[in-house]
Amino acid sequence: MSISKFMPLPDAIAEYVFDGASVAFEGFSHLVPFAAAHETIRQRRQGLTLVRMTPDLIFDQMIGMGCADRVFFSYAGNPGVGLLRRMRDAVENAWPNPIEIREHSHAAFANAYVAGASGLSFMVFRGYRGVDLPKFNPDIRTVRCPFGGEELAAVRAINPDVAIIHAQRADHAGNVLVEGIVGMQKEAVFAAERTVVTVEEIVEDLNSHPNACVLPGWLLDAVCVVPGGAHPSYAQGYYGRDNAAYREWNSISADRKTFLAWMKTHVLDQTPDVFASRVLWREDAA
Amino acid sequence: MMDYTSVEMMTVAASRALQSNDICFAGVGPPSEACNLARLVHAPGITLIYESGAVRARPDVLPLSVGDGELCETALNTVSVAEMFRYWLQGGNIPIGFLGAAQIDRFGNINTTVVGDYRHPRIRLPGGGGAPEIAGSCGQVYIIVKQSRRGFVRELDFVTTFGHGSGGKSRQETGFATAGPTIVFTDMAVWRPDPRTKELSVVSLHAGVSREQMQNSVGWEIKYADKVEETPVPTPIELERLRALHSRTRAAHSGRHQGLIKAQASRPDHRARNTG
Repeated sequence: MSISKFMPLPDAIAEYVFDGASVAFEGFSHLVPFAAAHETIRQRRQGLTLVRMTPDLIFDQMIGMGCADRVFFSYAGNPGVGLLRRMRDAVENAWPNPIEIREHSHAAFANAYVAGASGLSFMVFRGYRGVDLPKFNPDIRTVRCPFGGEELAAVRAINPDVAIIHAQRADHAGNVLVEGIVGMQKEAVFAAERTVVTVEEIVEDLNSHPNACVLPGWLLDAVCVVPGGAHPSYAQGYYGRDNAAYREWNSISADRKTFLAWMKTHVLDQTPDVFASRVLWREDAA
Repeated sequence: MMDYTSVEMMTVAASRALQSNDICFAGVGPPSEACNLARLVHAPGITLIYESGAVRARPDVLPLSVGDGELCETALNTVSVAEMFRYWLQGGNIPIGFLGAAQIDRFGNINTTVVGDYRHPRIRLPGGGGAPEIAGSCGQVYIIVKQSRRGFVRELDFVTTFGHGSGGKSRQETGFATAGPTIVFTDMAVWRPDPRTKELSVVSLHAGVSREQMQNSVGWEIKYADKVEETPVPTPIELERLRALHSRTRAAHSGRHQGLIKAQASRPDHRARNTG
């Protein structure tokens, strides 16, 4: 195991996230890799294809800061609060730049990741019957079951250039444990060419169990310690979701000027270290 | 009699459709609220499943997002999103799906994608999320949605989720083996599809709602069932549990690090509940 996998987050983003790359930032409301996204924004990456089932605040921020040319997604809302105002501004008014959207349902997106993770070019599933999305997304086709004849949906595999996830902890060999709502992080990592992982901490022993979701160090390219790196989402066992921040985002993102001023103060003028001060670890964490 | 709002009436009416032995895929927001009210009032054994992978979740407070830690911490177990959609849902293991809607038409088809043209939308809505395949793979679908002219439209701008298509045998002809929408709960009424035409028809009006008010909130000519009942008003217990659930939820969602404090405080509780 190469020790060089452990690196500061700015180095990992500089090394692996290039202009024009397709980048999956996964985490299904849980363990959303905000610190890595903010670092990507600070390094002024452009022309990215942003890949994520639930764009959430993380893509609202990246789209509003002009990082994205294309967005792949399956549910674009601020969960429980409302719509994503920066993403809407890009789709409806091309601000700050036009973006192409490529949209799936959750089931389809999950299957596309599974195809990518499995080394297949597509995945088949029972879905998209009678609905309008297949007219607009060329990655949706139909196939006929060769055994029984049932017509099924086929979706093109998703294989991002880079997958970025946040996880609870890594051991000294760079093996990473993800637990709680595990979403599609494992599939995104297997599907991607390169992987950057931020973790809450490095421990002697992962304190795992035989069926846990552990990503071995040899699958990963960079492991960066960023305590609090999922804020304002949460890290099960470490800190809770900052629901107040999700609610506040609705007004921060409502207006372009307010948004840009907020991004300057809270993202552009900061470093990854600031995330530790945004959360309170549980006393019994890890 | 206690005073109540029309939205409380909607949630209570929806909760009554669920039984203790039901297994239900709960959409976040109003569907999840109705599902948890049922669990807290008359269906303590109900199995609630969330698309984030949480199986048999028993949240103390309503989740703000479908991936809140509260769901995972109170669940029997949590699986990956791929496993949830592939094995649990597509595999045919979830009899009821409970969904919300932005726009709905008279055949129970749903739009949560765009208002206006897809490529140049007037309003870009969140998109389908889990709904299209929940509506396809669950045995039947319950829908909860407030009535309004904007929401109950003659023609959808976009079909995100297939209900009964153009009515009649349209659902079977499109290849579905499942029943689709079987009941719709609103803040004014309860609707069910006509057995033959599949057009949504009013089967029950909430207390004090007139047919004129109904017609003013719906963009097509409403059909009524032969016998239209009056929805029983919420009981004191139903209202008390619903309001307590809301006040716990508000407290949990307003503080900046409440999730953390709650997580610490609830651990012993959580064990007690699961062994009890």
